[in-house]
Amino acid sequence: MRAGVWTRFTRHPLAVFGFATVAILCLAALFAPFIAPHDPLLLDTSRRFVAPLARDGFLLGTDELGRDTLSRLLYGGRISLTVGLVAMFTTVITGATIGLLAGYLGGLIDTLLMRFVDTMLCFPQIFLLLVIAAFVPPSLISIALIIGLTSWMEVSRIVRAEILHLKEQDFVLAARALGASRWRIMFQELLPNIAAPLLVAATLRVASAVLAESYISYLGYGVQPPLASWGNMLTNAQGYFDTVPWLAILPGAMITLTVMGFNFLGDGLRDALDPRLRMDN
Amino acid sequence: MLGFIFRRVLQSIPLLIGVSIIGFALMHLAPGGPLAVYTLNPTITNQDIERIRIVLGLDQPIHIQYIKWATGMFTGNWGYTFFGGRPVLWVILERMPATFLLMGSALSLAMMIGCSVGVLGAVRRYSVFDMLATSGAMVALSFPTFWFGLMAIYAFAIKLGWLPSGGMYELGEEDNIIDLLRHLVLPVMVLSLVIMAVWSRYARSAFLEVMHQDYMRTAKAKGLRAPARLWRHAFPNALKPLIALLGIELPALFSGALVTETIFGWPGMGRLFVDALNMKEYPSLMGMIMFTALFVIVGNLVADVLIAIIDPRVRL
Repeated sequence: MRAGVWTRFTRHPLAVFGFATVAILCLAALFAPFIAPHDPLLLDTSRRFVAPLARDGFLLGTDELGRDTLSRLLYGGRISLTVGLVAMFTTVITGATIGLLAGYLGGLIDTLLMRFVDTMLCFPQIFLLLVIAAFVPPSLISIALIIGLTSWMEVSRIVRAEILHLKEQDFVLAARALGASRWRIMFQELLPNIAAPLLVAATLRVASAVLAESYISYLGYGVQPPLASWGNMLTNAQGYFDTVPWLAILPGAMITLTVMGFNFLGDGLRDALDPRLRMDN
Repeated sequence: MLGFIFRRVLQSIPLLIGVSIIGFALMHLAPGGPLAVYTLNPTITNQDIERIRIVLGLDQPIHIQYIKWATGMFTGNWGYTFFGGRPVLWVILERMPATFLLMGSALSLAMMIGCSVGVLGAVRRYSVFDMLATSGAMVALSFPTFWFGLMAIYAFAIKLGWLPSGGMYELGEEDNIIDLLRHLVLPVMVLSLVIMAVWSRYARSAFLEVMHQDYMRTAKAKGLRAPARLWRHAFPNALKPLIALLGIELPALFSGALVTETIFGWPGMGRLFVDALNMKEYPSLMGMIMFTALFVIVGNLVADVLIAIIDPRVRL
């Protein structure tokens, strides 16, 4: 079975590409202090707007305050990935809990929870994100939590659908006959059985959380300068856009690459783990 | 049919109540609540704030306040802007045409191209075209809209100089349709990219789903040609999930429009939202959140009714 999953995954070139991209980005972010050639916050106005490859030691050039772009991209990646992962965990924990409760308990609880999901889905996510982000003092954790708490609805729907199907199966009946409590059945019997779809949803959620972080940072309500995030690097670069385009091209390319990596990885995992869930059958 | 519409409208009522409760809660969760802007103003004394609190009815129990606020929402009394004191609903309605022009154009373009690509991909499954289209859609879904917008401005407005970089009109050209269209090209291109990707993926899977049905085999067995099978048999059946998608994707369309309007300085609701956010204009912010949510509810309602028109089985 394990071998089957791995073979199916590696047969998918884009999935392998996604996996490699994500792995490299995570390692680069993790070891940023060792890889980064300069301090990302170090100002030096004598070397403003150095073009990429134009000067030794500044592979990707410098920005309007003479800060090294490569170092800022690496540290920005730390922030984007941290926000993406924390938001993903928030989404998955909230979504899975609500989906489990609604699916397993059923009845009035199910109706109320699912109407809550429907209600939350009526709001455009960016509108909610921006309003809450403007109320709450911005910090890495608060941004991640806000993103997570405004995007769990799809996960809860996926989990609920899986649970509705699973709870009719014999192993649940057996657990109940053995006298297992509701909580035990929900979190110890049912939860492990939805690991595969949850893993797929979680991977795709990282992609959308990284994207969401870049949107709110770009609009000025996310990660605050001087801390570098790919989103706020783009906002900065916008002012010098017509003369030094690379400052805007690079962070955007990093966001795209990261989001793409997680999207391809998630898609590949879906095909490998559960052929039933493929978009094209 | 009328019975179905009636039942469907009834089902929207819990959603309306839910949306209004969340909107109301958001307003009261704001630091300082609805009075925040007054507390920042040094010329207003504490007594004044107390008086405003009583005038606005904020001294009353929370459920009374909610009922008053919700009644206001449904009777068109959406409060007044802090700066200028204009009715919020008017301010929003003023910006609506620009946003709907942008969203409508982008959506139509995205649906046409996205559906064509999706259908072609489904018909020629696993062909080179299909592979390129599905992975291309995934790449497009990974683009941050604002970055794509900036790149488009750089290429088409700054480098090539073909199109204006922002705004809706040149000064003094307010009635010139050609000028409006020139300003519309880039924002529509940027906004439609992501929607196009979503539509091509859904159209592809909707058609693949339909093409393996028994009635398709029957149609082929009785000798119908491929175009007839595709348009007369597959298309009407594949249309249902796509209409549903129209309703489901509405919030994302509003989100995309907000970002696009911000990059291009397009004078629509999204732009208004970001401006209101910078000035802490809570009434306008809440107004727009409620407006978009209500619009989404109505949009989904219309989508469901359309589906019921196409497929009589849904009405039962």
